[in-house]
Amino acid sequence: MTADYIPSGNRNQVAVEIEDVYKSFGRLEVLQGVSMTVREAEVACLIGPSGSGKSTLLRCVNHLEKIDAGRISVHGKLVGYHERGGRLHEMHDRDVARQRRTIGMVFQRFNLFPHKTALENVIEAPTQVLGMSREAAIAEAREHLEMVGLSDKAGSYPTQLSGGQQQRVAIARALAMRPALMLFDEPTSALDPELVGDVLAVMRQLAEAGMTMIVVTHEMGFARDVGDTVAFMDGGVIVEYGDARRVLAEPEHPRTQAFLAKVR
Amino acid sequence: MSENNPAAGADEAPAAAESRPAAIRAVPVRRPGRWISAAVLLVFAAMFVNMLLFNKNFGWDLVRKWLFWHTIVHGVWITLQLTFFAMVIGIVGGVLLAVMRLSTNPVSGSAAWAYTWFFRGTPVLVQLLFWNNIAALVGSDIGFGIPFGPQFFHLDTNSTITRFSAAVLALGLNEAAYMSEIVRAGILSVDEGQTEAAASLGMRRAKITRRIVLPQAMRVIIPPTGNETISMLKTSSLASVIGVVELTDASESAIHLYFKAIPFYVVASLWYLFFTTILSIGQFYIERYYARGSSRNLPPTPFQKLMRTNLSFRRRPAFTAAREVPR
Ligand SMILES: Nc1ncnc2c1ncn2[C@@H]1O[C@H](COP(=O)(O)OP(=O)(O)O)[C@@H](O)[C@H]1O
Ligand SMILES: [Mg+2]
Repeated sequence: MTADYIPSGNRNQVAVEIEDVYKSFGRLEVLQGVSMTVREAEVACLIGPSGSGKSTLLRCVNHLEKIDAGRISVHGKLVGYHERGGRLHEMHDRDVARQRRTIGMVFQRFNLFPHKTALENVIEAPTQVLGMSREAAIAEAREHLEMVGLSDKAGSYPTQLSGGQQQRVAIARALAMRPALMLFDEPTSALDPELVGDVLAVMRQLAEAGMTMIVVTHEMGFARDVGDTVAFMDGGVIVEYGDARRVLAEPEHPRTQAFLAKVR
Repeated sequence: MSENNPAAGADEAPAAAESRPAAIRAVPVRRPGRWISAAVLLVFAAMFVNMLLFNKNFGWDLVRKWLFWHTIVHGVWITLQLTFFAMVIGIVGGVLLAVMRLSTNPVSGSAAWAYTWFFRGTPVLVQLLFWNNIAALVGSDIGFGIPFGPQFFHLDTNSTITRFSAAVLALGLNEAAYMSEIVRAGILSVDEGQTEAAASLGMRRAKITRRIVLPQAMRVIIPPTGNETISMLKTSSLASVIGVVELTDASESAIHLYFKAIPFYVVASLWYLFFTTILSIGQFYIERYYARGSSRNLPPTPFQKLMRTNLSFRRRPAFTAAREVPR
């Protein structure tokens, strides 16, 4: 395949390194020195109150947002910049796009292309970005749709699908680029409660297959059962970070304790 | 609309029928105003039809005789060409200007703004006259080469900018200014999440615009573009001022030949009406095409409406035809 990066699956290898990242929107300081390490095949969950900067941090990882200070690297490569002779050079639009190929992203509001069917959504990037033939892309897309349990919905437009089905198509669309890292931004928050399970099941399946994942979520059950680590964010910093079960069962920081008491 | 899904109602009706209370048969509210206004309109309509039929000055026999006269038909052909080429320039230019306007590059942004400011700020008739006299502005020959440097080849201005091409340029460049606002509104109507989703898949800006944003913007862009095209069909009559023999000018020349004005204005109006009707029908189907995926039920085509009425006459549950043709 054309994947730019073949994941080693070696759990000791660092997949994402976030070092002392700062980001503000105008005067609003949203990230104030965030550091975090995600290893290969690890599922890192980000939890925290609304407005604490979780989405912003996630969006910095694939350079949808530019960071003001600090550095982020994915698979050993700096995100959004080249480092030459001790100086940072902004990456050309082309190289940013190339970097994003290996990083899949799933959004809270699905963001499927409404003018394309489920199948067309999935083959769009493989054909347009990787230059795959339509036939090959369709064959692969059908596998991905089957994996998310939607082989019978290939010809449906997004408006003809339920929220849960749309989100699973969105996951298939991201997987079609064969990413080595998947970012999930509250993938089940916009869903009716009875549809959440199907999406979480697909994510669990992905995790078991060894995908490296960063998941912003309010599903504490998922974080405990599938997550390896949990980072609790509040006010633009990571307040507490550690083994998922430990943080969720015996939070050390009072703010984590207060938050977990509320969401339970 | 309730008629969009008649099948659902029809399915439930028999099951519930037994225990259901009798349907309401209420006396409708009386609306005398409607009857009065209908009567007044009817009288006006009768007067109008009477005038059309029995006023000799319309000269219907002459209208019939001259409707397909070769000069008129040629004028129609020129009008259609003017409309077509001006709209092509208008739409392509409008898309370019809108993309420039929305780009992050401040230079192209202000250039597009200045263009729109100028071309919307001056009357199209003045622009027509201006283009017709372009030779007076740039000299009688146009050279292509390095700006302020050597030039590689030359064109004679007066033979390159014919009256027809002056009219196409004037109408098209003016239209581009209006189209750019329409396209810009369309692009802005597309959710930002679409661009982000495409970017996160590794697509680049130009491709995102072309494959993701513009097709969705079309839903907002098409209806006013249809209006612009219909409007252009009629605005193209201004080209008669600089001596382009299009439909209006052809009718004028016929009037000078036969000293009968009204029949030829009727002829021209019939032709304009015919083509605006055709354009409106085309607009309906193009809108329908770009609405796919945006709503569960597309508006029915006239044919489907007809089919549906037929079926309901026969008291069979109507099918939702709209759902089966989203492609
Ligand atoms: N593009 C933006 N422009 C201005 N403010 C923003 C933008 N994106 C996010 N913010 C603000 O940054 C803060 C953190 O947002 P976000 O990262 O979405 O939080 P979370 O995902 O944890 O709820 C919020 O106060 C939000 O209003
Ligand atoms: Mg968020």
